[in-house]
Amino acid sequence: MADLRSEFVGIKSPNPFWLASAPPTDKEYNVRRAFEAGWGGVVWKTLGIDPAVVNVNGPRYGAIYGADRRLLGLNNIELITDRPLELNLQEIKTVKRDYPDRAMVVSLMVPCEEEPWKYILPLVEETGADGVELNFGCPHGMSERGMGAAVGQVPEYIEMVTRWVKASTRMPVIVKLTPNIADIRKPAEAAQRGGADAVSLINTINSITSVDLDLFAPEPTIDGKGAHGGYCGPAVKPIALNMVAEIARDPGLAKMPISGIGGVTTWRDAAEFIALGAGNVQVCTAAMTYGFKIVQEMISGLSEYMDEKDMTSIDQLVRKAVPNVTDWNQLNLNYIAKAKINQDLCISCGRCFAACEDTSHQAIAMDDDRVFSVIDDECVACNLCVNVCPVEECITMEAMTPGVTDPRTGKTVEPHYANWTTHPNNPAATAAE
Amino acid sequence: MSEKMFEPGITAGRLEASAYADQFSDLHPPLDLHEALVAADRCYFCHDAPCITACPTDIDIPLFIRQIATGTPDAAAKTILSQNIMGGMCARVCPTEQLCEEACVREIAEGKPVKIGELQRFATDHLQQQGKHPFERAAPTGKRVAVVGAGPAGLSCAHRLAMMGHDVAVHDARPKPGGLNEYGIASYKTPNGFAQAEVDWLMQIGGITMQTGSTLGAEITLEGLRADYDAVFLGMGLGGVNALGAVGEDKAGVLDAVDFIADLRQASDMAQVPIGRDVVVIGGGMTAIDAAVQAKLLGALNVTLVYRRGRDRMNASVFEQDLAASKGVRIVTNAVPVAVHGNGAVREIEFEYVDADMQGTGQMLRLAADQVFKAIGQTLQGDALPALEGRKIKVDAEGRTSVAGVWAGGDCASGGDDLTVTAVAEGRDAAMDIHKTLVG
Repeated sequence: MADLRSEFVGIKSPNPFWLASAPPTDKEYNVRRAFEAGWGGVVWKTLGIDPAVVNVNGPRYGAIYGADRRLLGLNNIELITDRPLELNLQEIKTVKRDYPDRAMVVSLMVPCEEEPWKYILPLVEETGADGVELNFGCPHGMSERGMGAAVGQVPEYIEMVTRWVKASTRMPVIVKLTPNIADIRKPAEAAQRGGADAVSLINTINSITSVDLDLFAPEPTIDGKGAHGGYCGPAVKPIALNMVAEIARDPGLAKMPISGIGGVTTWRDAAEFIALGAGNVQVCTAAMTYGFKIVQEMISGLSEYMDEKDMTSIDQLVRKAVPNVTDWNQLNLNYIAKAKINQDLCISCGRCFAACEDTSHQAIAMDDDRVFSVIDDECVACNLCVNVCPVEECITMEAMTPGVTDPRTGKTVEPHYANWTTHPNNPAATAAE
Repeated sequence: MSEKMFEPGITAGRLEASAYADQFSDLHPPLDLHEALVAADRCYFCHDAPCITACPTDIDIPLFIRQIATGTPDAAAKTILSQNIMGGMCARVCPTEQLCEEACVREIAEGKPVKIGELQRFATDHLQQQGKHPFERAAPTGKRVAVVGAGPAGLSCAHRLAMMGHDVAVHDARPKPGGLNEYGIASYKTPNGFAQAEVDWLMQIGGITMQTGSTLGAEITLEGLRADYDAVFLGMGLGGVNALGAVGEDKAGVLDAVDFIADLRQASDMAQVPIGRDVVVIGGGMTAIDAAVQAKLLGALNVTLVYRRGRDRMNASVFEQDLAASKGVRIVTNAVPVAVHGNGAVREIEFEYVDADMQGTGQMLRLAADQVFKAIGQTLQGDALPALEGRKIKVDAEGRTSVAGVWAGGDCASGGDDLTVTAVAEGRDAAMDIHKTLVG
């Protein structure tokens, strides 16, 4: 069985699955349950300077559902821990003492001045915690007070604070990034300049999940009003994966360790983040939806996958997909595929037909017996039919062999690679030679 | 255990008094909101959906299910009722496993179709229980149409005509409107007076008068209706019952299944309905199943359903056959009745086993019977009717008969398959053709 032991910026954990700084890691009671369930580590919910913040006394979460009320996206307006600093520090110390093999990282958010950082860091160090994570991402509430995302959206502040922190502690420092910016590489570079040991991303995305159509107010609604919250869960995974990849494939940031966060729900999600450059992953919404037990599936699934791939350690998976992340203009325009429908698997729902006929290329035929087939003359291999088909593997994309004729264009499928930079339609094309 | 359980002969109260309510409760209890949302989530919203094609009334099933899923059940009900004004009853009695649900792609994919019938009931109940009628009459046309028969075909025709602005006079021979919905369907399929509630709801459209106790050939004649109205629709169903053709079938205790079913539907207390200890039902359709199952529910000790052909030829759906078996009805196939034995009242009934070509094999079967229900088909009654095709009124695709100005539909008309839902479709389509004929 594959060895899932993980070492991230020198912090060891029995597996790469950490719970993210969030409600599940706010108290000793929860964290003990998490460790008993098998989580490799936690990032303790963000600590601040006393007096502790207060939370709303109404709904803190809003949700987006898929079929059968499956939770796809969760929005929250909760703030950092609302418990006294001393209580949290005591509990962190106790839990770390009892679970020395697990990663214990502490999330921090204090005002954007050096003194509070100098004050809190020794207190955290004294607990025996393995590292700190700087919360520069929280997009609601705290940002109105000049903390969280208000810092994370200004690279100069990130660099400045990171430098203060590095100067005040020997613990590894992870900088947590907000996705509510235009180019994720800028804050990552700032963290690197400030001396960060790693970045973690993404924090939550500014969001309004829904509107109460009777109250005419955003949800979650507090006494008739709503404020934007932070969005997370499976729905944000594609955004997070892209941001992780943007950092991982940037030559200047290639050595920056990444803790991947954003909608990780299954072992497969975790493996995808790791392949795109994350050294480990952090999980919140999946645990909040299903409980801590899900880590068992993550552990068994990742082990089985690694065994199948003959990988013996997580390091062998890290960055495995990074070389294949490229720009659009580098994609091979001579690669030609066609959709293919497996008639034995087809249940004749006709969704591929409706999608293609109404919204795409009229490349699927429907006969009187509800047999659906691809019209190769029209198919541009857009993949929409595959995406809307309810049956796994029923529609696939088959690459055409070089040398045969594409019936859509009447042109021979070329064997060599050619991208947009050399395409005759590109006014800025450079010669192929 | 009731003391009357083993008592021979025909007697009431075979069960404990408290048992009847459970026995005759709703066959499919209605879906609650959560169940409906879970069931609706399974619909794939197919293109040109096979379930619509399979529905005799062409209800846009994916659309109404999507409307349920998005929290607008009344809009769903309107989608259903605009195609099938008796969508509430059809949701209860349609053999969906042979129609929409058989065609559902999830039946193909997983062997478990979307619960279309139960979702249809959820939507129509939601609207109708508020007493809302979602349709309005068009401006009056001044045309008057007579409808004979207040069953599914006649009421569907009447409602559509009234909606188009015509004045409609409905005549029905029975004391209550509803036809087979009121008199011909097992009690557990439509409990709590639903058939009458549906008629009352349907009549809210306005412009329809209802004359019960008005029989064609007695109180009214086709000739008279033709003279008094601009058009006539015949939807009186089949009033007669086929004979067994067995020796001794006039003995006491040999009854028509349709009368038994009607009596049960009209009974205010099931404990007062007498039933035999040993009951034999002859036939292979829905009526036979409804009679056999209800005989069992009333406390008959032994109920045997005997059909002359194999199971695969039974008109009753597999679901209905399984329902009967699950209630303890024994099904005997490939046997025809030859003699009813007994001194005045039936004591035994004798069958001969037949081969696939209905030829006698000489092998006999005798079943103890103190009650025999005949459910071997019904026949058209009446004289001075339009031309027949076989034993039913001949109609074309629009429901027109051989007589100008006279349309027909439902069980009394040729074509169709004797289902409530086909009768509704035929009544509706005839109404559209009458409308076209009257106003051009």
